[in-house]
This record gives sequence, structure tokens and C-alpha cells, in this order.
Amino acid sequence: MSKTRVVITGLGATTPLGGDVASTWEGLLAGRSGARRLTDEWVQNLAVQIAAPVAVEPTEVIERVKARRLDRTAQLALVAAREAWADSGLEDSGLDKERLGVAVASGIGGLHTTLSNYDALQQNPRRVSPLAIPMLMPNSSAAYVSLELGAKAGVHTPVSACASGNEAIWLGLDQIRLGRADVVVAGGAEGAIMALPLAAFGMMQALSKRNDDPEKASRPWDVDRDGFLLGEGAGILILESYEHAKARGAKIYAELAGAGISADGHDIAQPDPTGSGARRAMLRALSEGDLSPADIFHINAHATSTPQGDIAESIAIRQALGKEADHAVATAPKSMIGHLLGGAGAVESVATVLALKNRVSPPTINVDKLDDEIDLDVATEQRKLPDGDIAALNNSFGFGGHNAAIAFKTL
Amino acid sequence: MASTEEIRSSLAEIVNEIAGIPVEDVQLDKSFTDDLDVDSLSMVEVVVAAEEKFDVKIPDDEVKNLKTVGDAVAFIERAQNG
Repeated sequence: MSKTRVVITGLGATTPLGGDVASTWEGLLAGRSGARRLTDEWVQNLAVQIAAPVAVEPTEVIERVKARRLDRTAQLALVAAREAWADSGLEDSGLDKERLGVAVASGIGGLHTTLSNYDALQQNPRRVSPLAIPMLMPNSSAAYVSLELGAKAGVHTPVSACASGNEAIWLGLDQIRLGRADVVVAGGAEGAIMALPLAAFGMMQALSKRNDDPEKASRPWDVDRDGFLLGEGAGILILESYEHAKARGAKIYAELAGAGISADGHDIAQPDPTGSGARRAMLRALSEGDLSPADIFHINAHATSTPQGDIAESIAIRQALGKEADHAVATAPKSMIGHLLGGAGAVESVATVLALKNRVSPPTINVDKLDDEIDLDVATEQRKLPDGDIAALNNSFGFGGHNAAIAFKTL
Repeated sequence: MASTEEIRSSLAEIVNEIAGIPVEDVQLDKSFTDDLDVDSLSMVEVVVAAEEKFDVKIPDDEVKNLKTVGDAVAFIERAQNG
């Protein structure tokens, strides 16, 4: 049985570089950093005082009464979903909403709501919002996106830490291939720049401590990298069966060829240093997409700027692609937008799709001296991608040993 | 002691803040659910905000009796005088 072909027909994003896809893409191509030193009162005691907040506050875009019923994470998801949905042109296409699914991930869920209601509880239990549960539950973003669009096929929320966004795309692809939906609104969101995550990731020694030079903090593959930069934002992709997209004359960005998931089975937080799990995820994405390593010309790496993680991924990419990795340009958007946790895979999938569509790899910034142990073709400036049929990989890995790789190809 | 109109006006601001209803629509004869489209969870928020604003207690059992803005204003007036 031949596989149902699935294509990307809409994109949406809100990130530290811009409130939509166009401004985000422009920022990535320009090598702009979205990092800054936080000045809030709550940050003053923390060891890590830098992050990459979204460029446009979601409350400036979402109607006030709606916004107050949404956690920040769901607000970000909604902004990106609205853009992707409008971009797809599906609203007026006569799509049967029972064939419209949603898969929107989050790594943490509604943390703003959880913490602010806990504060309210300490003052007076009657101050706890009657909306606290629907706002803090991890599926809140997916649920509100489905309400907004009237989606009535399955509504899903994969939770796999920093691999969550890619896992949502993997899940959405399967829903269409299994015949359960014609269109899936897929992606991820996270709005967790708060004292608790900064302190907790900081205690894990996972974050960069370059408080005095925030724009240089996220430096994947550079020899002086010292941890990741916490970002926030959301990315949404409209996944649609090729037949459905073709029948309505939709604009098509790229094909979602395959997706691969694996688990390390190694450690709750450390990556498997042999890169075995990440290698298997990439190879599964390739084989599901009927692709070979020779087809890959662009790799959007997970590359968070942690000392061990970046090396483990480089090893895994070499194991998966072998010598063919020589002609694959590696790029690390986290050098500019930081790590969006549950939003990372989704925003970076948007970037990967645009790299294929525009045939250009965005640069990785802050690679002043490439670590000797990184055996990849790292683009420190924009790099043109070749003409003809080419494919790209987007990697996301999460605490818990989750590995999720997505393969896109030109169409 | 606040007048009926002062209570109505303050309540209208609360309803506007929580449910986005224009303050001029929040009149004594209006039903929260049928006329103003305030859903049950928003109504809980309105009640708690009103308790704090007017320094009264509105028991959960009483909320179902507050069908109109006038019902709520009257309850608050009685609670303040009691």
C-alpha cells in the first residue's frame, strides 16, 4: 500500500525575532539575536538573568477578554495557529471540520497559571480562578486552537519535553496517513520564562550564565558554549494530504516526507553520548520518507548550546548520514531564538520548511571557534541550497530520552 | 453607604473587565446569562470580584438566585446594610 503523501500548506509563528513567520524568517536570515537581559524584579536573585522573550506580546494581538482566559502558552499557540490557518486558505475551502485535527504540544503546560493561582491560593482560596484548570492543563493550547478553528477530528497534546513540538508533527502526519483526518494543525508552544524554570534549569547547570552578554549566550557548536538560553514562542504548521491540497489548488511549501521517533533508554536528562537514539530517529524519518542520506542537504539541528548535547548530536548525525553529511549544511536557530522547549521543534520545522522553499540555510551565530569535536558543515553565514529535489531534517530531543526527527523535502 | 447606581456602575466595570460586556449594557433589568452572555465560570469570577469590591460575602448557593444585574445589586445592598 502506498503511503498517503502529506504536504505543508500553511505556516504560523511568534518568536523572539518577530510576531509572525515573515519577521522571524527575516531575523533568522539576518543572524539576529532575540536574547536580552531580564530586568524584572523577580529575576534579581537568580543566577541566570537572561532569556529570549517573544518580540510581540500575545496580549497585544488577542482580544482582551479571550486573552485573560488563556495561559501565556495557549496565547502564543493561538497567535501562531491563527496565522497558519489564514495562510492555508482553508477557512473558505469547504473543509469538513470533522476531518480537521489538531496536535499542539507543550513541554510544561500552563505554568504561569499554575504559579499565579498558587500565589492566589496562599492569600485566599476564593481568589483561585474558576478557569485555572482549563488554563493550566497541558492540552489547553491544543483545545483552544480546536475551539477557535472548529476542529472536530482528534485533538492531541504530545508531551515529550523539548521534543514535544516535533512529536506533534509526527502525530499529525500519522493521523493523515491513517485516514483519520485530511488536515492537521500541528505544532507547539511554550511561554515559560519565569523564575521557577530559570532557577530549575539553572540548578541543572543546563543554562548559559552569560548574564553580561546575552546575545552571545546561545552559541551552539562553539568551543566556549556553556548551556542553553531559555526562549518562548510558538510555531504551527498546517499538514494536509497532498490529494486534498491539490484538489483545492492550495499553495504548497514542502512535503512532510517522514518522521522518526526513538527513545534513548539511557538517562532522564543526559543525552546518550553514543548518539544511538538520535541516529535511529533520523534514520526512521528517512526510511519513512523513502529518502536516503544522499538526499539531505540541510539539517536544522537540535543544537541547544550545551557542552555534551551538541557533541552527541554531531556524532548521531555522522552515524545516520555517514559521508553524505559532508554536503548537508547544519544550522542552529537556537543561537538566535534560544530554546523554546515544547515550541522548539515546531518553530524550527517552520524554519526548515522555509529553508527548503527558499533554498537557503540561515546562519548559526556566535560560532567564533568551532569545537573540534563537531564534525558538521556549520553555516556561520547564509548558505544557498542547490536546485533540484532536496530534503532536510529537523531534530528535537527532550529530557526523558525522547528523540524526534522530521524529514521534509521540496515539492 | 453606596447608592444603587454606584453599585450598579461598579458592578458594570467588573462585568466589563471579566466578560468584555460594554458597561452601558449592564443595566438592572438585564439577565447575566440571557442578555449579557456571561457564562457560569465568568459569573463565578464576577461574584468573587464583587465580594472584594463591596466587602460582602456572596455564598455559592446564592449565586443561582442572582439572575439579573438588579438581583445582584439588591443582594449587595442588603449585605452591606446587614
